[in-house]
Amino acid sequence: MPIPINEILVAVILLNFFILGTSRLGTCIMAVASQGILLALLPPLVHGVNGHSVLLSVGALSIKGVVIPWLLFRAIRRVRIRREVEPRIGYIASLLLSALITTAAFLFADRLPLLPLHIHSFFIPVALSTLGAGFLLLITRRKAITQVLGYLVFENGIFIFGILLVEAMPLMVEAGVLLDMLVAIFVMGIVMNHINREFSTINTEHLSLLKE
Amino acid sequence: MTETISTFFIHLLLLFGLSPLLAGVIARTKALVAGRQGPPVTQLYRDIWKLFRKEMVISETTTWVFRAGPLVGFAVPILAALLVPFGAMHAPLSFTGDAILFVYLLALARFFTILAALDTGSSFEGMGAAREATFSALAEPAIFVAFIVLAHTSGSLTLSSMLRPGPGGELFHGPSSMSLLLVSFSLFIILLAENCRIPFDDPNTHLELTMIHEVMVLDHSGPDLGLILYGAALKLLLSSALVLNLVLPSSGNDLVDTLVFIAGLLLLAVCIGLVESAMARLRLIRIPQLLVGTTMLSFFALLLIVR
Repeated sequence: MPIPINEILVAVILLNFFILGTSRLGTCIMAVASQGILLALLPPLVHGVNGHSVLLSVGALSIKGVVIPWLLFRAIRRVRIRREVEPRIGYIASLLLSALITTAAFLFADRLPLLPLHIHSFFIPVALSTLGAGFLLLITRRKAITQVLGYLVFENGIFIFGILLVEAMPLMVEAGVLLDMLVAIFVMGIVMNHINREFSTINTEHLSLLKE
Repeated sequence: MTETISTFFIHLLLLFGLSPLLAGVIARTKALVAGRQGPPVTQLYRDIWKLFRKEMVISETTTWVFRAGPLVGFAVPILAALLVPFGAMHAPLSFTGDAILFVYLLALARFFTILAALDTGSSFEGMGAAREATFSALAEPAIFVAFIVLAHTSGSLTLSSMLRPGPGGELFHGPSSMSLLLVSFSLFIILLAENCRIPFDDPNTHLELTMIHEVMVLDHSGPDLGLILYGAALKLLLSSALVLNLVLPSSGNDLVDTLVFIAGLLLLAVCIGLVESAMARLRLIRIPQLLVGTTMLSFFALLLIVR
């Protein structure tokens, strides 16, 4: 049985497309959560089962796969929204853009001076295109919650990069990133509640004016 | 020579004999999932037979185009079917570039259906024609990108070898297995779109807001309607054959392979029935999104093998 690393990475990219193409927030959160769970499988698969990789995997699984989705689901229940309405760039356009980004990521990754070990691996292009998808979500969506999701996808991209560096990077760094993210989600949740109470919507466009 | 002629006949026999059965299997699966008895699986044969014996009512405002629509819609899938291998059975006709001809033959059939719908002068049918034109224009890139992937994997532009990229079972192990998996999946979605199945169109409703294909054939009656139903069944078998050729492994024994292919067709029909039972029809504005997503899927498959 070959190790399905490439299959997992392809699934991650397909999930990127899916997240960019869907308008239901619940489905989006589920997709981001499953992306996190898929990524959590990677460290033990790539580096073998040892204390370091298992700890990383369990940490990612519990935070990306369980805690954050739970917080986000609670948030959308509280502010009672289901859908992202009209993003700045439409769904079809963002799908096409993400295809462009993915192509560019694959082309770019082939030109990077990588270790011979990594030259044809999927890690670099997948990481780059996931970063791109995260950026695209952050930029184009109006609701605070989809922006949080974009941030999460972005972090997933960094995580994929990090997997290649697991041996060089102490666990503390990754743990720190995960913790930061958790705090960020908390803060976002609180901010969202405040925006919602102030404007009775969580559309971030209202934040562009300093005074009413 | 005799062998060529016999493949020709067996090919057409399989096409004509089996295609109405698929629609019956889909309807039966849906009925069983919904807890109903459902019509017998041979219902479409009876419907077509009944329609062929009926009288035809033709509106006075129509021209010859109205009559040509069903005829072309029936004849063209037969031509297209000659280019597609059915499992172990080779395609009777095969030449370089026939993949492109295949796509445009299907487009020709659609063009005439649309013209016939417009020819009635009914605004209702015009609306259906507009929808059909829009969605098929979006489905076409998806099918072309999928074909490019297949052409790249097989190194050839004939459908016979494109759909058989390896000695069989290539889908599950082999350097391009992942791309082929993605392509088979997107061909399945294209099958649903091209044959007006559920996430795209509901073949059972006759409601103004939901119809795409059904609305275009409202004015046809009698033998013409029978031809349309038969043509749609042929097209369903044709698109199923595209997917199945990729998915099914081959054992080397022609008889076994043909039987496996027929079983695969029925299984695929059951799958379509299950998809239709599980999903609701998409809102019209969501359909382009799904079709573009399908194109992206094939495009991504292309990216995976080209790099």
